[in-house]
Amino acid sequence: MFDILAYDFMQRALLSGATIAVLCSVVGMFLVLRRYSLFGDAIAHSSFGGVALGLLMGVYPLWMAYVVSIISAVLITKLREKFDISGDAAIAVMLSSGIAVALVIIGLSGGFSIDIFSFLFGSILLVDADNTILILTLTGSILLVILFLFKQILYSTFDEKQAMVSGINVSRINYLIIFMAGLTVVTAIQLVGVLLISALFVIPNIAAMMAGRGFRGTMVISIAMSVSSVLVGIMLSYSLNIAPAGSIVLISILMLGVMLAAKSRGLLHAAVWTGRQKKPV
Amino acid sequence: MPRPIEISGLSADYSGVRALDDVSLDVEDGDFLGVIGPNGAGKSTLFSCMLGIHTDYEGTIKVFGQDIRRSKSALRKLGYVPQMMHFERNFPITVREVIRLGMWHGVREERIDEVMQELWIHELEGRRIGELSGGQQQRVFIAKAIVNDPKLLVMDEPVTGIDQTSINLFYGILKDLNANHGMTVVWSSHDLDAVGMLATQVACLNKRMYFHGSSKEFFADESLVRLHSEGSMHIHMQEHKQPPAPPGNGAHVGT
Repeated sequence: MFDILAYDFMQRALLSGATIAVLCSVVGMFLVLRRYSLFGDAIAHSSFGGVALGLLMGVYPLWMAYVVSIISAVLITKLREKFDISGDAAIAVMLSSGIAVALVIIGLSGGFSIDIFSFLFGSILLVDADNTILILTLTGSILLVILFLFKQILYSTFDEKQAMVSGINVSRINYLIIFMAGLTVVTAIQLVGVLLISALFVIPNIAAMMAGRGFRGTMVISIAMSVSSVLVGIMLSYSLNIAPAGSIVLISILMLGVMLAAKSRGLLHAAVWTGRQKKPV
Repeated sequence: MPRPIEISGLSADYSGVRALDDVSLDVEDGDFLGVIGPNGAGKSTLFSCMLGIHTDYEGTIKVFGQDIRRSKSALRKLGYVPQMMHFERNFPITVREVIRLGMWHGVREERIDEVMQELWIHELEGRRIGELSGGQQQRVFIAKAIVNDPKLLVMDEPVTGIDQTSINLFYGILKDLNANHGMTVVWSSHDLDAVGMLATQVACLNKRMYFHGSSKEFFADESLVRLHSEGSMHIHMQEHKQPPAPPGNGAHVGT
């Protein structure tokens, strides 16, 4: 089974997949805690409209998807802030409009020669060297920004009012988070596609929140679960000749199931990890 | 040295309704100011303006001499304890991590240890904040507010929904911070008894400033106390369309 690691395409898939897993886990943690769990879905569906637009205009589809996803992310926030539309309703509007735009464009153009399903369900095994570099660069940049502004982002996620009083520009931080989420979604489309994107943002994080107590500890657990589900999922998909997106998401769900079972039996209570070494007394 | 707070001619609306009308208030260094007033009197709007959250107002507010609409840096000199916690109950953050959020000039773990000891929460340091009782959470938020040694502590009805034992402990901590650590405290409350016990200054607000002076002066004037109580009862009757229970049946004068 491990012979396949010798192939370049598999090395690229595993490296890109693990990198995307880390990114989705970190950005997803902030989205889940802000009750924005379906935000990823809305952006992904909108970016699908971007993909179709890119194909119609003859522009590289992912570039157009990045532009459309960022515009959609800002629009969702504006709908919430300016028109007092609830977060879930704003997400529902963007979610359906993205797919509607894509369907109309595909219909008007008479269909495209390239496989549109690779955007719907992901195509991590087809990631080329240029894309791998793009994924690594984007992930590195976003994680650096989060590291640099970690306290401001954490504080405004925890309690916006208190963060505001302590002098943090909460509105700017909110826009930064949705901007980063937009970039992350389009990057992750290559791994699991438009339809399963939420799984990468949400499942590892809610599973980790059952095991960790402190923020850093929970994030480390989430990253570990996310990366392992992606690596095992990709290997399994190759061995069983099934779609990687399906196996990745099912393995995350399996992990979540194990955590739920452990929690219901009280096993996680003793094993929680604060992410900080206890001082000797 | 500039006063901790100087408010002059403050008028502000809340949801299109005038909430504050030409309010002026100076807080001196070392004051323990209790801001009282019935529901809807504008206390929370006053605090929102004072803390730089609500910026659409007439008049000026200076915190340590700085107009907070021009510069928010003065806000770093104050500690703030909110009325209610708005965080997600399952938020994976420990007591120590919450207190660490309050530190701005580099994290000093020994200072966090010191504050946790002072507020008797050191045994809770590894617990998630959402697992704690309301009283324990409030002590954690005081710890976060004072970990930077602020000169001013601002609290907006901080004991709402907390049991009496925790409230007594909380008041003891406030008294100690003001009397022994020289911290200026501005605190809004419905509880007249507590204000009488703790505050050195009282500001009685009902959209306008009805009284601002020493606590002794306020409580010596029965008409002022009655005005506050009647104001509260009037609002209560408007809200519930029925008279409140008579005082002998457990109704609190300040509710």
